[in-house]
Amino acid sequence: MDMFTTTDTHLTFLRTQIASTESQLRTLKAQLAQAELSAQTARQLHEAYQGGFPAEWIEETLGALDDSSERDIARKLRQDGGFEGAPTPAPAAVAVPVLDAGGAKARAGRWPLADEEYKRYGRQMIMPEIGLHGQLRLKNAKVLVVGLGGLGCPAAAYLAGAGVGTLGLMDGDTVEVSNLHRQIAHKVRTVGGMKVDSAVEFLQAYVKLQTFASSSPSDLVCSLNPNVKYAPYRSHLSPDKAVAIFERYDLVLDCTDHPTSRYLISDACVLAGKPLVSASALKTEGQLLVLNNPPRAPGDASSGPCYRCIFPKPPPADAIQSCGEGGILGPVVGVMGVLQALEAIRLLTAKPPAPPPMTDWMDLSMDSTPPVTPEVKPTMLMFSAYNTPQFRSVRLRSRRTDCAACSYQATVTQHSLTTGSTDYIAFCGSTTPLDPLPPESRISARDFARLPTDGSNILIDVRDETQYSICALRGSTNIPWNGNAEAWVQDAVKRGVMSGYEDGRERFVVCRLGNDSQLVVRAVREWLGSAVRVREIEGGFRAWREGVDRSWPKY
Amino acid sequence: MTAEQTKNIPLKVEFTYAPLTELGSHDIILKLSEEQLTFNSGGLELLFSDQRKHNVSLPRNDLAGEPSNVGFLVTWLCENLMKDPRKEMFVLDDSVRPGILVLINDADWELEGEENYELQAGDEVVFVSTLHGG
Ligand SMILES: [Zn+2]
Repeated sequence: MDMFTTTDTHLTFLRTQIASTESQLRTLKAQLAQAELSAQTARQLHEAYQGGFPAEWIEETLGALDDSSERDIARKLRQDGGFEGAPTPAPAAVAVPVLDAGGAKARAGRWPLADEEYKRYGRQMIMPEIGLHGQLRLKNAKVLVVGLGGLGCPAAAYLAGAGVGTLGLMDGDTVEVSNLHRQIAHKVRTVGGMKVDSAVEFLQAYVKLQTFASSSPSDLVCSLNPNVKYAPYRSHLSPDKAVAIFERYDLVLDCTDHPTSRYLISDACVLAGKPLVSASALKTEGQLLVLNNPPRAPGDASSGPCYRCIFPKPPPADAIQSCGEGGILGPVVGVMGVLQALEAIRLLTAKPPAPPPMTDWMDLSMDSTPPVTPEVKPTMLMFSAYNTPQFRSVRLRSRRTDCAACSYQATVTQHSLTTGSTDYIAFCGSTTPLDPLPPESRISARDFARLPTDGSNILIDVRDETQYSICALRGSTNIPWNGNAEAWVQDAVKRGVMSGYEDGRERFVVCRLGNDSQLVVRAVREWLGSAVRVREIEGGFRAWREGVDRSWPKY
Repeated sequence: MTAEQTKNIPLKVEFTYAPLTELGSHDIILKLSEEQLTFNSGGLELLFSDQRKHNVSLPRNDLAGEPSNVGFLVTWLCENLMKDPRKEMFVLDDSVRPGILVLINDADWELEGEENYELQAGDEVVFVSTLHGG
């Protein structure tokens, strides 16, 4: 037994060593990426200075640059005296063709941005929060927007407008008319087309304009920002590809609409080491989270929490409501998408913190202390359009030491994603399927339409009052179903539609899609017994429209 | 100080967008304060009050005589305010069900000791239903 104990101890030791080393490797890689970005920005600034950076701007602009590499360049340039004297006049602006899909090109060796870019971004560049350095960081940045619905459309629009260098756009859905009240990138002409293509057309005059039959050259000038490089992904995110795709980006925006994708995106962000800006909205409410920020290695407690840290378990599938079911107000989801773009800009233009001294933490020994980093204060912003105050920021927990994704004990790994052993659909569960009612408890919409309308039967509409007031059948009684069987039956009895059922009159129950009506029939059977003759109209008003009345409003 | 004040803790309880999310347009399944409990005899209008903010008066000590904590508040809300029989939409496996974030004075309850946080007069407890739409 002693031998095994020793072996086990050794195994544990090795595993901990590997985890610790991998964590440091990740941190190093992240720092390398940061350093490369800084170097690139610095190079471009250097070119700008060489090109005749106005002397009176130098102090102010250089003061805004915190990176040591940029400071070094600044110092060197000052010492060289390269800026003394009047700058040489800028050459005549070269008009950047708006249709150039490659975007505006800076003139090499002179200014870091093209003439058109100074005009385009000037209003944000003159603010100290952005400045030239911020604009260059945006231009060098790659942002992936997952989901091009009510959140993704405004988020992508503002990021493209701000001049983010590369925008990845991912969605497997097609545009529907019911999207247009909130998904501002799409339009009537792109209905039926891929959302990604519709969005790219909105953001940039896309090279494949024939995607939409009626595209005309005049659409080109309508595009928002052709300087941005757009990378379309015409499918939903899959676990096996997620990490590889995320690794190509600096930042990910979760603009999706389901828990499965929310967990997947968060996990992939942790594995790829990318910060995540996540938002959601329903009805008149929205929520915004910045996760995995800064994106340090799993187990590093100085990083911000991931989605699983905040929500280790998904809600029951039956408790999840989509915008199609619950409704959504356009500006509500729009506000949340715009806030995502804002957080993205803030993250991308933030000055990177100074790296910790290398000697301290390169020590691979077991008891090495992690580098001291500023404490992260994770928050969630909640928006409630019809409440006061509308905005509320609440403090969240930090990383969970037993998190399945971002702790030392993580079970979600690149391998588990690639092999499918992390099963998001199983994790989030599926809605409990209804046991279909027996045929004698149902009636088709067509058959119901043939019944006499002489008052010999009673029609009960169980949609909520708001939907009932949109359209209803004459003579029907509205008793909204709210999920509480006993309360519904009590109400039905009180309203008289269940009293006197000995008279032989039959009750018919109808709802929007034919699900709630089945629950109501069941509730009546449970509380009033089988003496009541009650049937539900199969498929609800959707079937009514398809089989009986083509003019019935489809909402 | 009245006897009522010494026995009870006044609290603000808020439900954003309700535990019963899939059930139509009504937001709130829990009804208001004691007065309204006795005022109404119990029907749909109570069950589906549109009000999301509730001022409640929680007993200062739980049944075991211990100071009332958030765990007790959840049980108390289930027993005293929730008229809907489907408690599982709010509480699952003896805790607030997954998908509901509990905030104590604008902080995740995990920062405050979760169920064990001892409630103080004037505390604000919010039950936030996570949203997934987009
Ligand atoms: Zn985590």
